[in-house]
Amino acid sequence: MIAAIFVFTYLVIVLYIGIFAFRRSAHREEAEDYFLAGRSLGPYVFLFSLFGTNMTAFAILGSSGHAFNNGIVTFGLMASSSALIIPLSLLFIGTRIWALGKKFGFITPVQMFRDRWECSHIGTVIFVVQAAFLIPYIIIGVMGGGTALNAISGGRVPFWFGGAVVAMVVMSYVFFGGMRGTAWVNTFQTVLFLCFGAIALVVIGIGMGGFQQSAEALLALPGTSPLLTRERVSPLFFFSYTFIPLSSIAFPHITIFCLTARKMNQFKKTVILYPFCMLALWMPCVFLGVMANRMNDVPQIQQKIEARRALAAEGPGLTADERDTLREKMIADDVLLLLLERYAPIWLAGLLGAGIMAAVMASDSQILALSTMFTEDVFAFYGGKKRFGEAAQVHTGRLFIILITIVAYAVALRAPQNIFDLAVQYAFSGYAALSPLLVGALFWKRSTKWGALASTVWAALSVAAVALFQYLVPAPAPGPSVVMWSVAGIEVLSRTPGGTAVFGFMPVVPMTIISAVLLVVVSSLTSRPSASTLARYFKPGA
Amino acid sequence: MKRALLLIIVGALFVLHQDFWFWRAARPLVFGFIPIGLFYHACYTVVIALVMMLLVKHAWPSELEDRVGDEAKGREGDRAVDSSPPLPIAPRRGGEQ
Repeated sequence: MIAAIFVFTYLVIVLYIGIFAFRRSAHREEAEDYFLAGRSLGPYVFLFSLFGTNMTAFAILGSSGHAFNNGIVTFGLMASSSALIIPLSLLFIGTRIWALGKKFGFITPVQMFRDRWECSHIGTVIFVVQAAFLIPYIIIGVMGGGTALNAISGGRVPFWFGGAVVAMVVMSYVFFGGMRGTAWVNTFQTVLFLCFGAIALVVIGIGMGGFQQSAEALLALPGTSPLLTRERVSPLFFFSYTFIPLSSIAFPHITIFCLTARKMNQFKKTVILYPFCMLALWMPCVFLGVMANRMNDVPQIQQKIEARRALAAEGPGLTADERDTLREKMIADDVLLLLLERYAPIWLAGLLGAGIMAAVMASDSQILALSTMFTEDVFAFYGGKKRFGEAAQVHTGRLFIILITIVAYAVALRAPQNIFDLAVQYAFSGYAALSPLLVGALFWKRSTKWGALASTVWAALSVAAVALFQYLVPAPAPGPSVVMWSVAGIEVLSRTPGGTAVFGFMPVVPMTIISAVLLVVVSSLTSRPSASTLARYFKPGA
Repeated sequence: MKRALLLIIVGALFVLHQDFWFWRAARPLVFGFIPIGLFYHACYTVVIALVMMLLVKHAWPSELEDRVGDEAKGREGDRAVDSSPPLPIAPRRGGEQ
């Protein structure tokens, strides 16, 4: 319970930061000040806040849980690929977005698309699809909050109450502080959870009597030795994952965040230091997640290991429902908390628990982004701002924050799926498939609104198709996948134990490639924007 | 030439991520406890940071800053020469903090 007190104290601190930001704001009724912190963020707030914004519940809870069941491959799948793709996209795409925002006053990506491609309702379609993909990401935050508070309090705080508390706190500081409050809270949170990783590694390492013995013991058992290699996934699956970080720059909260930097130079530190931040956070979480397999004396961990064994050994003979029940038992998003409970002194577990809360509360930026998009791309665009004024626009944004939090909370209470899978399968893949829109708008003169529409509709339909396919075809037991469609002996579409495979790749690969192809083909067949618009975006002769 | 070299380095970095050579190997355990596959990716992440340093130094899109600066000067100066159509959004207000 002491740990829970630490966490609640932490929640009060972040709430205060949001209110402090509100009081510090000189132009609190102005949209640009509320939604973009007046484009005034300095280099370190920009770096830590951007990193914190990208790291949601899955970064700590999901990554260690994924590593617990899949092994060290988790780091290469998400961390090192993100450490390469995200800084590159910030350097080449983020800086261009910043420059256009500064030049033309854009606040949201849809505003840029509407201006760049001379469209209005197509922009609204893009808004709807972006918003639909963003909501699962927000739900992750609420679910992560519920899971974390439940585990930290030793089960005394129920999931529904923990989720409600986290949702309320996040909603409050976003409501009051807007982008400035969110960025300050994110900076504080990022520093906390970066420290958390190192401290947790040392404390748990000492508690386990050193990792050497544990690593050797894991290698000695046939059931756990594959966790120290990457043999549980195929190279094609591993390659597929490098497409997932393309989603980062296409997430509206990241695109919008690129507009908050005071100077373009502020991207420099972020681009260089981002890989180090990834290493500092993910390495301890992944490693500890794998090492948790040695904790045979903790009943909850034992239960997960037993479920994994049962699924591997008896899976093919079980019904789909029985396999799903075992998969539910295997969910390991709480392993890090269980490790802390087992090895850290209670006061330290509380402090580290606050670090975990910092990571799971990263849904603030998504909530703010959704509110920004609604007020700018719908309310202001369809005349609300002109009719009711800018102050009404900011009030609408705040009201929207309350509504979206309530919706996300209600869904989180009913969504049973693993945090990690939920994020990857819906939000990440969808945004990766939307990334060609940004590349087309910024680098390709010939791109058109119809190409953008084709690409957007494809992204939405393909995400819905994957979700429907996985709903209709139950996941098989670990082992060979179920081939649904093959041509000349080549597997085209398969249902795998972890999801779907198209030609052996994760769906994100064909989704992104076809989205890019559609943008190119449809744009080539339709008329380009006017010369005057193109002249504002591209240098003559470019 | 410099751009081509940077492009090759980034391409090589992408290829190095797909390290099939340590796919089924856990040993050697670096420092006695880090599987080689994990250690490789940790080192790889550090190398990425170094390459990013190179890119920031040699491929920084400084022309974007110049264009933003030029636009700002243009807006402050003779507005008659600005033939851009009106933007679909409100112009930016306020200064930097």
